[in-house]
Amino acid sequence: MVFSTYIIYKAILVLAVFAITLLVATYSTYAERKIAAFLQDRIGPDRAGPFGILQPLADAVKMFMKEEMIPSVSNKWLFILGPSLAMLTACLTGVVIPWGKSLFIDGQEFSLQITDLNIGVLYLFSVVSMGVYGIMIGGWASNNKYSLLGGIRASSQMISYEVAMGLSIIALVMTTGTLSMKEIAAQQHGWHWNVLIQPLGCLIFIICAFAETNRAPFDLPECETELVGGYHTEYSSMKLGFFLFAEYINMFISSAVISTFYFGGYNMPFVGRWIHDPNMLAILGVVFLFVKISFFIFFFMWVRWTLPRFRYDQLMNLGWKILIPLSILNIVITGAWMMRGEIIQLFTK
Amino acid sequence: MITQYVFYFLSFLAIMFGLMVVLSKNPIHSVLYLVLTFFAIAGHYVLLNAQFLAAVHIIVYAGAIMVLFLFVIMLLNLNKETEPHKNVWLKLSAAVASGLLLVVLVGSLKNAEMIAATNTFDPNVGLIENLGKTLFKEFLLPFEVASLLLLGAMVGAVLLGKKSIK
Amino acid sequence: MQALTNRSKVVSKKEMTFMERMYLPAIFGGMMITFSHFFRRKPTIKYPEQKREFSGIYRGQHVLKRDEKGAERCTACGLCAVACPAEAITMVSAERKPGEENLYREEKYAAKYEINMLRCIFCGDCEEACPKEAIFLTDRQVSVYGQRKSFIYGKDVLVESKDSPIDLAKRQTPSVKEFKLHKEFGHNQTYDKNKKVNAGGHH
Repeated sequence: MVFSTYIIYKAILVLAVFAITLLVATYSTYAERKIAAFLQDRIGPDRAGPFGILQPLADAVKMFMKEEMIPSVSNKWLFILGPSLAMLTACLTGVVIPWGKSLFIDGQEFSLQITDLNIGVLYLFSVVSMGVYGIMIGGWASNNKYSLLGGIRASSQMISYEVAMGLSIIALVMTTGTLSMKEIAAQQHGWHWNVLIQPLGCLIFIICAFAETNRAPFDLPECETELVGGYHTEYSSMKLGFFLFAEYINMFISSAVISTFYFGGYNMPFVGRWIHDPNMLAILGVVFLFVKISFFIFFFMWVRWTLPRFRYDQLMNLGWKILIPLSILNIVITGAWMMRGEIIQLFTK
Repeated sequence: MITQYVFYFLSFLAIMFGLMVVLSKNPIHSVLYLVLTFFAIAGHYVLLNAQFLAAVHIIVYAGAIMVLFLFVIMLLNLNKETEPHKNVWLKLSAAVASGLLLVVLVGSLKNAEMIAATNTFDPNVGLIENLGKTLFKEFLLPFEVASLLLLGAMVGAVLLGKKSIK
Repeated sequence: MQALTNRSKVVSKKEMTFMERMYLPAIFGGMMITFSHFFRRKPTIKYPEQKREFSGIYRGQHVLKRDEKGAERCTACGLCAVACPAEAITMVSAERKPGEENLYREEKYAAKYEINMLRCIFCGDCEEACPKEAIFLTDRQVSVYGQRKSFIYGKDVLVESKDSPIDLAKRQTPSVKEFKLHKEFGHNQTYDKNKKVNAGGHH
């Protein structure tokens, strides 16, 4: 491919992914309110536009127009840095996710993944581990006890669940044999979804994804009943909007990652039998991925409006005493299964 | 050529942020500058095509250890009012000791000669596959011993964390 | 203590079984319950477009009725003010002058009659107490104002206009009228010529 075409194509792809991420996150706020309402026998927002479809726009206008408050005693730069970091790290993760197979136009390959790092999984993981800084810095710079407690809770929660998450990914990497997201997605063609190979790892990963995105029942950093608003108590206007919005972007990316890691990514069984055009398959793959993502976003919300929040000691017990031992057990079982030939040989000798 | 400029830029950033770590009055700022230093160093790893090291560096140092540092400093809530008053003699002796260290470092580096690299640099050595093979074949024993060391440290920390053991 | 109903359950603190301690079946069950609510019919009434119909005996804003000839029924006896548990009603009485027979039905009338709608709890005791069938609560709602003094309704708001009398047919059903005719409760006198009864039984 010509270098200039390559650059232009990548720029368009980056913009498209960025725009879609923001769009999905925007409409996730609407979906959250609608789903919450429906699960509680209500109708939800229905005033702005037909069925309230313009509600996110109204919310955005409200957020922008509200008065901006920066507590006079807080550290101004860090106070602004907090929500910016939260937003930045949330947007960075979409880079390595394979949104679909490659398109072929005039014999040229157009990959639907922005970049295929050979350490894609680790990149994702490092960006996720950066996510906590936004919350911590924001919570500390607010100079408010509730915010500080929220920030501290966020940091200890995210570190605890990162361990279990990493261990569950290790088992996945053992079976797939690669750290590249593209490879992991491509391996799951047809019915070879990783969830069937790694059911326990998948469960642990999903639970940890809930904890990493600070979604209920793991939303202790912003626990209203104890901490007023948690780390964003002192925030107002669009800075608060950034914190809230980052959560929805994280949820979208988490859903994409769960789909790609465990639920076949852009693959759908049986489709290849009827459709043979590779470009058509690639476009359908994007659609399938977004169907899966939508389901997981719905699942996130469904859980939020069903389960009550954990108590803090329960959260730590679950993380350290249950999920981490389980994920280590998962690694051991996976390893034993992969080396079963050698093990059988050892005992039959 | 571009690599060289990027190298100088990253080195500048690393040194500047390193200095800011020392010079910042507020410990929280120091920690944040240290995180930025780690990012600059991770950039160096990427320049050497050691992507795995770069990612792990960020995950472990910036993403976990520095978060814990920040966590502890936030919990202690250090500020100017609670800063312990240090003895003048203590400050003076610290200055003398660090000055001596500087003299030793300069003295040892003055007579050092540039050692030519014995083997040519393989740009693929930092990729995860090669790194894994090297770690688990040539350096298996040190690798496992290091993990034992970490386990020992962890057990020790748990032991210290328990209030009393009867 | 003796149980009054058989609905109370004894709390059991038995050890949970392994399946229960996994929590996942319970979580799944809970999620199924919330999901079943997803498809339920929503009881919401979309207010400005749809309006819920008021009950005929809804107790809303008061009205001071006029009689068939258009004269005010209220005689400022003060029974409503006495009955009012929120002390929301005040009035000043005056004597009817000659020539005002078409304005006021009896010799005494209320020159001033005020209800403080912020105090009123819409219990309907004033309607019960009124011996002259003068004050009624209606299915209209009290409006919203920006100032507290606007909520003190005088006669200009309370007395119904001659041209458009308030229809009370829904609350003055035959059974209600029958009830008021009952000797024991018949403290209200209906001014129906055919059914003249003695107004007894009240104090």
